[in-house]
Amino acid sequence: MPDQPRFDPGSTVRVKSLTPPGHVRTPWFTRGKNGVVVQLLGTFGNPEDLAYGGNGEPRRPLYRVSFRQSALWPDYDGAETDTLVADIYEHWLEPEG
Amino acid sequence: MSHDPAGSHDHPHPRQPDIEDGPLTHHMALTEAVAALLQKKGVITGEELRRTLEDIDSRSPADGARVVARAWVDPAYRERLLEDVNTAAAELGIDTGNIPIRAVESTDTVHQLVVCTLCSCYPRMLIGLPPDWYKARAYRSRAVREPRAVLREFGLTLPDHVEVRVHDSTADMRYLVLPRRPGGTQGWSEERLAAIVTRDCMVGTAVPVATGG
Repeated sequence: MPDQPRFDPGSTVRVKSLTPPGHVRTPWFTRGKNGVVVQLLGTFGNPEDLAYGGNGEPRRPLYRVSFRQSALWPDYDGAETDTLVADIYEHWLEPEG
Repeated sequence: MSHDPAGSHDHPHPRQPDIEDGPLTHHMALTEAVAALLQKKGVITGEELRRTLEDIDSRSPADGARVVARAWVDPAYRERLLEDVNTAAAELGIDTGNIPIRAVESTDTVHQLVVCTLCSCYPRMLIGLPPDWYKARAYRSRAVREPRAVLREFGLTLPDHVEVRVHDSTADMRYLVLPRRPGGTQGWSEERLAAIVTRDCMVGTAVPVATGG
């Protein structure tokens, strides 16, 4: 049984700054960056296990996390309100602040 | 059939290589081997494999356009679409399979753009196979880094008061852009509306324009 999802919409989170070997679906440019949880999408098999023939258990909560573009790219030259939303598994997130 | 009935064809043509002329990559070999094994062991038949490929190839942006047009004319349907695209598409007789698709709505203050930086995730079962540029490294790396410059190259210049919101489909979801219904389309039929919803409008690299008489 998956644990209760750890983050509520609106929570500020930080993507863990990890560089594990193997198949990972956390984009490099989000690692170590702060974002805000937009929505819980449900729980899904862990892709880091599924990629190597595992059963994906335990399933992981998956969130849509919104980042300010200016937080991702120091030299971002679009509007200050521009954002990027990525889908991140819970084990890649830690509370911020 | 020969284009040289006189048989005097002695000059060389520049040669366009066939797909098979390239080296067989590891994953191509693996795909061939797994497909052959699954058939040999009776898990699937060649006919089932063929039918599945044909089904995937038959998907087209016209399916997605029907869904968008319905959402434009029916507010209750729009709500259901924003909740769950697969279920809403099924109402129109479109089977989108079991990969969840979510809609993101462009408004007068937010422009939605979809990319998959890690590979080429795309709502194929609703709008067909992705174009080559969607899978190219240039689009995948630049759409997240300088989306406004990418959109300008697609012919779309957005004012600064419109937030550009890029969706990186990194995981188990596929994203469909529900574009804004353009002005000048009051009273249009669903069919006429669907005709202006192109593939790029549903990826976010274009916006629908009221055209046609």
